[in-house]
Amino acid sequence: MTLLSSVTGRLTAAALTLSFAAPVLAQETPQAGGVANVAIQPEPPGLMLPLVQNAPTQRVAGNIFESLLRYSTDLEPMPQLAETWEISDDGLTYTFHLHPDVKWHDGEAFSSADVVFSADVFLRQTNPRTRVILDHVESIEAPDDNTVVFTLKEPFPAFIQAFEVGTMPMVPKHIYEGTDFYNNPANNHPVGTGPFEFAKWDRGSVIELDKNPDYYEDGKPYLDKIYWHVIPDAASRAAAYENGTLDIMPAGSVENFDIPRLSEMDGSCMTESGNEYFNPFAMLWLNNREGPTADKRFRQAVMYAIDRDFAKNVLWNGLGEVPNGPFNSTLASHDDDLEQYPYDPDKAEALLDEMGYDGEPVRLLPLPYGETWTRWGEAVRQNLEDVGINIETESSDVAGWNQKISDWDYDIAFTYLFQYGDPSLGIARTYMSSNIAKGSPWNNVEGYANPKVDELFAKAAVENDSEKRQAMYDEVQQILHDDVPLAWIMELAQPTIYRCNVHDLITTGIGLSDGFKNAWIEQQ
Amino acid sequence: MSFCKRFAQNRGALVGLVILGLVVLLALLAPFLYPDSPWRMVQRPFLAPGEVSGFWLGTDVMGRDVAAGLAHGAWVSLLIGLISTVVALAIGVPLGALAGYFGGRIDDALMRFTEFFQTIPNFALAIVLVAIMEPSTFSIVLAIAIVSWPPVARLVRGEFLSIKHREYVEAARLVGQTHRDIIIKQILPNTMSPVIVLASLMVATAILLESSLSFLGLGDPDTMSWGYMIGAARTVMRQAWWLSVIPGVAILLTVLALNLVGEGLDDALNPQLARAR
Repeated sequence: MTLLSSVTGRLTAAALTLSFAAPVLAQETPQAGGVANVAIQPEPPGLMLPLVQNAPTQRVAGNIFESLLRYSTDLEPMPQLAETWEISDDGLTYTFHLHPDVKWHDGEAFSSADVVFSADVFLRQTNPRTRVILDHVESIEAPDDNTVVFTLKEPFPAFIQAFEVGTMPMVPKHIYEGTDFYNNPANNHPVGTGPFEFAKWDRGSVIELDKNPDYYEDGKPYLDKIYWHVIPDAASRAAAYENGTLDIMPAGSVENFDIPRLSEMDGSCMTESGNEYFNPFAMLWLNNREGPTADKRFRQAVMYAIDRDFAKNVLWNGLGEVPNGPFNSTLASHDDDLEQYPYDPDKAEALLDEMGYDGEPVRLLPLPYGETWTRWGEAVRQNLEDVGINIETESSDVAGWNQKISDWDYDIAFTYLFQYGDPSLGIARTYMSSNIAKGSPWNNVEGYANPKVDELFAKAAVENDSEKRQAMYDEVQQILHDDVPLAWIMELAQPTIYRCNVHDLITTGIGLSDGFKNAWIEQQ
Repeated sequence: MSFCKRFAQNRGALVGLVILGLVVLLALLAPFLYPDSPWRMVQRPFLAPGEVSGFWLGTDVMGRDVAAGLAHGAWVSLLIGLISTVVALAIGVPLGALAGYFGGRIDDALMRFTEFFQTIPNFALAIVLVAIMEPSTFSIVLAIAIVSWPPVARLVRGEFLSIKHREYVEAARLVGQTHRDIIIKQILPNTMSPVIVLASLMVATAILLESSLSFLGLGDPDTMSWGYMIGAARTVMRQAWWLSVIPGVAILLTVLALNLVGEGLDDALNPQLARAR
């Protein structure tokens, strides 16, 4: 296809999309009924969200389970199981007033006792990330059936961001109290309060969710059923969308090069929304301990040497953002004035000369997450070789990758991390020296230790005054920007492709992982 | 009739030789025709062949020159094919020779050992070996050699069994030559013609094996090979079929050429068989 015809093709497709969009605007009242067919990739290991935290688990189980709050695409808290809430002025007391008529899927009433059990007992034991957040909590109390009070040890402003369904899902006390959580038979038939109930799971084929007829929000949900189809091969998934078997393709279920083709089909829509809370951030771990990567100038050279715009345009089809520093640009605390590292091979070479880099081989470990990541590894290798860095690519499977990163046995390695809406939840963990520990691929793996950075992150997390907090975050961004503990290569986009007659599919900052409560299908 | 004349009588073999010569030439000239790394991203991605002058085979998913990849890949494929065949011969010939010459218990032991390798499917074993050793040119050559030596050993053993009772061998034994001299100087040279034919076919098989491994993503991540090019292009078949077809044709032609040459060698080295046909 020539460039010209490709452009006209896109214009025609855009025009078609517009003409399809017109009647949609007229139709604003949700219609009840209909079935959603959604791709799920890969098949989740389990659906008991409070026990299993994989992304595909939450995609499905976000419909079954709920937390106290949801978050808008601007990360503002919105009511869910909690109708209203108050935070005391000193930032120490969080009071939640629960929705009165909530029932578990088995008919039992949901109450504040369930909240206390979930947060204080169940999640403390089963979710390491939630446990770290709950370390800030002094006590959790239930003065009456519909009120829960969290009292903190010190102000922790990010606490209000922690009531997302994957972080703080509510667990039925009457089923789990006093049992072995991991071997409770209910794990195979999860019971929540959400808009959809678990119906059936044919392993390797389809997961079936039914509408919760007693849902406490009037008229919701609108859909009768959701089918989650397990189709491991990317080409078959794309074909299933084209032939109408699937209606909704969540991020990650469509290969990047197929995105233009599928999203430009008649009646096909695409959105990048619903990604704001997790905001996966692609990075290169640079081993700060030994070898050339221990030299700050080498790490800066890496930032100048990598053509990040190329990766964005070619490998990610122009979706995503090139970051200017350690904070994702959608975070409120992001410093927009931070100077961008441009693609400047000459500057990279000058820095390498200055440090006297002698051609010592540097190992590069790409992320074994499929085609795009492999190609990305090749592009980065070429960028680095172009400025005279001697690269040896290593290959491994996911287990091997986990192992090597956890053992710090790497020089440069690809990864991506979730941001969780606040620096103290998603970012500090990567840079604080207290988080250096062998055995996990998700902590301060690069071995960066800077007392000033430690102090700023620690203080900012418990600073209740937003201006003072911002000043600290600005300072920490500047320091990290200059030190380059690791290379920030891309804020990944998470495009969802779906039929345009599906409405209100994504209404929160967690997107599809927050459930299909508001989604409805326009009948022809 | 001389060797060359007999070889030339087989038209197919001549064609094969010409194609093979061109591939070798391409491989040798690659560093001069395309001095840059074939991994370098030089133009817009997905250029069709001839769409932009200077890129007569187009560009791949990341804007790398397909022609450069093809030339550098020729070098890699031929080199891996040759080296792994040499390694396989180095394992198979001595084992087969010892088994055939000494017979008895030694023969039994060596042949059971060989059969052990023959019972495992070639490709599956190669995949396992490369995966265990981590993909690199070294591990790929070794894996291909390990899966391809058993037929050599069996062939050489058979030849030794039939030759070791010939009169000239008996004579050598009578004048007191050592076992080593008899094996190396008397028998081995006379087993070479079938081994050469087999080796030419083994190079073809090795190229196929290497391509298959690279196709599956088990190639050396730092070397551009034809199998890698197909593997990387497979998923974009619907957008850019030529990215898979071009290196595919290259593999097809090279392997075909090697087979034709092998057949020609067979004719030339075994004139009795050729005439009987």
